Amino acid sequence: MWHIPIMTGQVFNGVSVASILLLTALGLALSFGQMNVINMAHGEMLMSGGYLAYLADKFVHGPAAFPCALLVAFVGASVLGALLEVSVIRWLYGRPLDTLLATWGISLILQQGARSLFGAIGVEVVAPHWLNGSINFTHGWFAGLSLPYIRIFIILLAVVVLGGLALFIARTRWGQWLRAVHQDREMAGALGINTKRVDLIVFALGSGVAGLAGAALALIAPVTPTVGQSYIVYAFLVVIVGGLGSLLGTTIAALLVGLLSAGAQMFTSVSFSDVLLLVLVVIFIQFRPRGLVATHSRMLKEA
Amino acid sequence: MRLKSVIDGLILIALALAPFYLSAYHLSLLGRFLALAIVSLSLVLIWGWGGILSLGQGVFWGLGGYALAMHLKLASLAPGDLPDFMMWSGLDHLPKWWAVFHSPALALTSVVVLPMAAAGALGWLIFHRRVGGVYFALITQALALAFSTLLISQQPYTGGFNGLTDFSTILGYSVNGPNFERGLYWVTVGALTGSFLLCQWLRQTNFGRVLVAIRDGENRVRFLGYNAMAYKTIAFAVGGALAGISGALYMLHVGVISPAMVGVVPSIEMVVAVAVGGRESLTGVILGTLLVNFCKDWISSAMPDLWLFVMGALFVLVVTAMRGGLADLAEFPFRKINLRQSRKTKRHDSVIAVEKEAEASKAG
Repeated sequence: MWHIPIMTGQVFNGVSVASILLLTALGLALSFGQMNVINMAHGEMLMSGGYLAYLADKFVHGPAAFPCALLVAFVGASVLGALLEVSVIRWLYGRPLDTLLATWGISLILQQGARSLFGAIGVEVVAPHWLNGSINFTHGWFAGLSLPYIRIFIILLAVVVLGGLALFIARTRWGQWLRAVHQDREMAGALGINTKRVDLIVFALGSGVAGLAGAALALIAPVTPTVGQSYIVYAFLVVIVGGLGSLLGTTIAALLVGLLSAGAQMFTSVSFSDVLLLVLVVIFIQFRPRGLVATHSRMLKEA
Repeated sequence: MRLKSVIDGLILIALALAPFYLSAYHLSLLGRFLALAIVSLSLVLIWGWGGILSLGQGVFWGLGGYALAMHLKLASLAPGDLPDFMMWSGLDHLPKWWAVFHSPALALTSVVVLPMAAAGALGWLIFHRRVGGVYFALITQALALAFSTLLISQQPYTGGFNGLTDFSTILGYSVNGPNFERGLYWVTVGALTGSFLLCQWLRQTNFGRVLVAIRDGENRVRFLGYNAMAYKTIAFAVGGALAGISGALYMLHVGVISPAMVGVVPSIEMVVAVAVGGRESLTGVILGTLLVNFCKDWISSAMPDLWLFVMGALFVLVVTAMRGGLADLAEFPFRKINLRQSRKTKRHDSVIAVEKEAEASKAG
C-alpha cells in the first residue's frame, strides 16, 4: 500500500481526473459567480464536446485531425452554450432555482438527442500516434511507475486553459468588463457596459471550456449520452468548495476533490469514496460556508 | 376559498370511490401515483412555501421505503432464515441493525422517524451556516447520488442493484390478491388526505406564515427576530417524514424498492410533477403528480424514446412560462385583474404581514 510508485501513480491519476473536473467546473463557477446561475446542462456541454471531437476526428485525417477536433469541440460547445443562454437562461434572470430546473430539462433533451443520434453505446476518439506511449520509470524510487502521455497531455491542457482564462480576465478589455459586472452589476451597467453581452460571453466561454474537457475525456474513455452526468455532480461539489466564481478557488477545489477521491479509492470502494466526499463537503461548509476563496462583501445577499 | 374546499371534497370522494369504477390495472396505477402524491405535498411544503429546493427528496422517500421493506423481508422468512440476497453474498448471520426490523411497530415508526431525523440533521448542518438556495439544491443532489451508489455497493445488506423484493405478508395479511390491493388503496387515500390536511393546517398557522415570509425575504424576517434556520429545518424535517411515508406506501404498491427508484433522476421527477401541478398549491400538485405519471406510463410504453424529450420540454415550458403550474391555469378565470400590482410587490406581502404581526405583538 505504501509503495512509492503506486502512491505516485495514484496521485498522478488524481491530478489528471482533477484536470478534467477543473475544465468542467471552470465554466460552472464563472457563470455562477457572474449571474448566480447554475447550469444543469453543463454536463451536456462536456458530452457534446466529446461527440463533436469524435465527428471531427472521423472526417478530418492526417496530423491536423486532433487539433481540429479540439477546436471543433471548443467552438461547437460555445455556440451551444450561447444558444442556451439566449433562449432560456436570459429570461430567468434573478430566479436561480428556476434556472436550475429549466436547464435540467434541457439536459434531458440533449441527452436523449445524443442517444437518438449516436446510440447508447459509447464512441471513442482515437488519440494521435504521438500521444501513444508513456513515460516509464525503470530505476530508482519510482521503478515500475508509468505515466501515459495522454494523461500528461490532459493535465497540460488544463494548465494552458487555466492560464489563458486568467490572462483573458486580467489583461483584456472583455476581462475587465467581466470583473466589473462580477463586482457590481448595476454600477457596471450604469457605466455603459452591456451586461447582457458580458453574460453571454461568460456563458459561451464556460461552455466551450467544458467542450474541451469533453474532447480530452474522449481520449481516455468512451463518450456516452450520459457521460456529462457522471462528472457534473463532482463539478458542482467543486464549485461549492471553491467559492463564487473564483479561478483560484475552483482550481484548488478541483485538485482537492480529484486527489481526495483518488486517495479514498485506494482504501475503500468507489461508492464509499463518493459518500466520504459528500460528508467532507458538508463538514467543510461548517467552516467555510462561502467556499475556499470567498469574495468579501458587506452586501447582504438573499441566498 | 369556499369553492376550493368543495372541489377538494369532490376530488376526495372521486378518489375514495375509485375501486368501484376503475379496472384493477388502472386502480393499481392510481394507487401508486397517489402514494407519490404524498412526496409532492412534502415538496409544496419545503419548496413551494419554504423556497428550499430539494433535489434529493428520493433519499428520504427511499429511507421510508427501505425501512418498511426490511420488515417485510424478515416477516416473509421462517425463523432463523436469512434473506436470499444475504445468503448469496455469503453472510452467515443477520446483522443486528437488520434484526430489529422484525418488530412491526419499530419498522412503522422508523418509516416516519428515520427520514425525518435524516432530513432534520442535514437541514440543520447546512442551514445553520446560512447556506441555502442553489448550494442546498446541489448538495441534496449529491446526496441522492451518494445514497443510490451506496445502496448498490452494499449488496450483502441492501440487496444491491435489485433492492428488496419478494414479500409475502404484512402484519399478518397476505400481500397478494385483490383485497390487499383495495385495502392498500384506501390506506393510501387516507394517508394522502391526512398529509394534505396537515400541510393545509401548517400553512395557516404562524409557522406557515413565517415560513412563506422567509422564502420571500429571509433577511427581513431574520431582522424581526425570527430564527429562520429553525423554521427551515423543521419544514425540511416534516417534508422528510412525508417523503418517507410516501416511499413506504409506494413500495407496498409495487412490491419492490431498489436504488434505481431513489437516485438523482427519480428525485428530480418528483420536482417535475410538483412544478407542473403548481408548486404552491396542494390540490394542484396532487393532480399534477397524477397527470405527469399517467402521461409517463402512457408515453414510455408507447414511444419509449419520446418520454425524456417530453419531460424535458414540459419542464422548460412550465418553469419559464407558467410558474404557477396547473393550479394557476385553473385559477385564471376567477382572478381579479390587477395591473398595478406587479409580481414583485406581491411577493413582499407575506413579509409585510409577518412584520405587522411582530409589531402588533410588541405593542400588545
